[in-house]
This record gives sequence, structure tokens and C-alpha cells, in this order.
Amino acid sequence: MGIAKRIVAGDLRAAARLIRDIDDMVPEAREALKDLYPFTGKAYVVGITGAPGVGKSTLVDQMITHLRKAGKTVGVLAVDPTSPFSGGAILGDRVRMQRHSMDEGVFIRSMATRGAFGGLTQSTRSAIDVLDAMGKDYILVETVGVGQDEIDIVQSADTTLIVLVPGMGDDIQALKAGILEVGDVFIVNKADREGVDRTVNDLRLMIEMDEKRYKNGWKPPILLVQAVFDKGVKETIDEIEKHAAHIKASSETRSKARYEKVRNGLAEMIKDRIVHEVFSDLIESGEFETSLQLVLDKKIDPYTACDTIISKRLRQGSK
Amino acid sequence: MAKPGLDGHDRGARIIARAYRDAGFEVVYTGLHQTPEEIVQAAIQEDVDMIGLSSLAGAHLYLFPRVIELLEQSGANDIVVCGGGIFPEEDIPKLKKAGIKEIFTPGTPLSEVVAWVEENVEARR
Repeated sequence: MGIAKRIVAGDLRAAARLIRDIDDMVPEAREALKDLYPFTGKAYVVGITGAPGVGKSTLVDQMITHLRKAGKTVGVLAVDPTSPFSGGAILGDRVRMQRHSMDEGVFIRSMATRGAFGGLTQSTRSAIDVLDAMGKDYILVETVGVGQDEIDIVQSADTTLIVLVPGMGDDIQALKAGILEVGDVFIVNKADREGVDRTVNDLRLMIEMDEKRYKNGWKPPILLVQAVFDKGVKETIDEIEKHAAHIKASSETRSKARYEKVRNGLAEMIKDRIVHEVFSDLIESGEFETSLQLVLDKKIDPYTACDTIISKRLRQGSK
Repeated sequence: MAKPGLDGHDRGARIIARAYRDAGFEVVYTGLHQTPEEIVQAAIQEDVDMIGLSSLAGAHLYLFPRVIELLEQSGANDIVVCGGGIFPEEDIPKLKKAGIKEIFTPGTPLSEVVAWVEENVEARR
């Protein structure tokens, strides 16, 4: 049986292996993904992002419990950063969710960001497809909300949660640029802490000042949550479902949401592929090193080096 | 990297996890108080090459072989299993006989623990 068939039939090892091959950019993985594609599109994808330590994994853990109680199956992708120095990573999100590991309706997978050319966005999207084809009803994608890659990932979700904690002060200001626009539901976690009113007010002010940006006419709600005590988690799921219903309610928003999702997906795929193909060839052929050395020796400037490399590749690509 | 059984001390496991990270490995840490079943499920879902079991609480003669047994039952016995922690001398051959590939005891330099994996564990293809 082909790997795609095994995954659709619920073979855990086949799914786990394919996700690994996706991560390692094994060319055969693409073939398997092509076979899987017809089986995708049924799962509801929720992105969860926020600064380190705000309680994303704990929230995800509690969400799993609620979704399972409602009879839904759940896939989780937990993305943690790769060390830029060693290329290694400690993937610790699982610690908070490990109590679900014996539940057959739950599949949890950790992924490392693997640096700038690791194609994180693409591999996460593909991993979502794998969990989707396995028949998971909900897929929760958790990322540390720093950097464009992570924002791209959560943007590919059907509903995006932004998790904050009280007392972040001016950090909320920093969120404005970028992350605020992608949030469909705002979670103020650890809501028993001092400064919660201020955080909520700041958030509300920012959301309400940005009315024309409401995606598909949806005003993002702000929820007070204490994930560790399971307070506000049920309400979080309710809001996700409300958001889903809101999108589905009109055929215009429905097709717009689908258009954006598929468009972003295809654009990312092409972008990642170009970066990967060009870069791996540049490195393997030694051309990158040669050009680098010329720039280091000040024989040429980096702009010229870049022009030379790119124009050569583009010619090759178009023949 | 996993802590099986009723053992609340994971400083060692965390340090080892960090040493592997610094050597360029991706390390999934499962946290404390794991059953062998939970560890094996996590290993399968994460499709790991190796499981490192850390135990300081004395139940290794049950817990470690149980992990091997469960891996076999799931057809995942190509995953290498190593152990680290405090063990009576005479238990080490028993653990190895049960299928634990290597045992690391207190005082082993981190570099040695990392080098062993680099030399003995191949990425499963």
C-alpha cells in the first residue's frame, strides 16, 4: 500500500514518517503529498501564537481536552525555535500535552524552525495536510510569535488566536505591526495577574481603532483566560466556533477565505521551492563560497555578486 | 528524552537534552512521570531515531525493558534506546540484555554521551 493510503487509513507511523520526510525535504515526500491532497480540506485549522511563556502549550493542552469531550479528533503541531548556533533544538511543548499521548484521537507532533532556509512555513503547511488527511477534525498549530515565518503560519489557519499576558506594557505596541492584523481571537492568559484591566483596555483600544481592518467583518473578541485552571478555555472554543460560523455564513466571505488560504499556500510553496533549489545548488556547487570570497576580498561588491548569481540562475531556469 | 516512572528529578535529563541540542540534534522532551506506553507513543508520533531514558529512582529493571517490549509490539524496534542515571553495577548487563543499547552512569562527560550517539545511531531511512 502506498504511503498516502496508509495515512488515510490512520497509520500513525506512516504519517509520522512523512512529516519527518517533509521536514528533511526528501523529494519523495512531495509525491506522497500529491496523493494525499484529495483527502485534505476537511479539518479546521487553528493557529495559536504569542510570546514565549504566555501559556500557549497549556492552552492547547486544555483545548484538546474540551475538543475531545465534544467528540472531535485533534492534531497538534508545536513549533519551537532551532538554535541558530548549533542547528539543534529542544522541543518541549509536548511536556504540557503529554497526558493526551495515549488518546488515539490525538496526534501531537513537534517541529523545529530550522533556520532561514528551512522552509518552515511550507513544511508546517504540508504537515497540516498530513494531519488533515488522517481525518483529524481540528488541527492546532502552535508557534512562538516572533518573526514573519510564524505570522505566515498562523495566517494559513482558519482561525488565529493571539495569546498575551498582563503586564507586557509596551510590548502590546510592538504587536500592532503585523500580529494584530492576523488575530481573530485575543486571549489574555494568566488573567488573575495584576494589570489585566490595562492589558484588556490597551487591546480593545487597538482593535477598535482598527475597525476597517476587521477581516471579513469579524470583530476580534478579547477573552480572559487562566489556562492552567481551565478557566475561559471553553469560551475560547466557543469563539473559534463562532468565528467559523461567521466565515461560513456568507458565500462571499467563505470563498474569500478559501481564496486567501489557497493563494497564500501556493505562493509560499513556490517561494520556498525557489529559495531551496537555488540555495542548495549554490552551496553544493561551491559558487556561494566563491562569490562570498570575492566580496570578502573586496574584489566585487555584494550587489554585483548577487546580480551575477541571479541572472545566471534565471537564464538556466527559463531554458 | 524521557523520564519514566515516579522520578521527579529531571535536572540530568535536561542537561543531556541541552548537550544534544548544542551538538545539533533536535530533542523532544516529554517531561516527568511518564509511563512506558506514553513514551513509546510520543516516540512514534515524533518519529525519533533514539529514545534516551533517564532514571534515578530504582525502577529501571521494569521500566526500561517495558519500553523495548512496547516498541517491539508497535513494530518500532528500529528505534535505539539508551539509558542514563543511577544503577547498581549488576543491573547494567541485565538492561543491555533486555535491549538497551548503552547505559550512561554519573560522571560520564557530556561529550562522550553525544559522541556515542553520533557514532552508533544512524538516522532511520
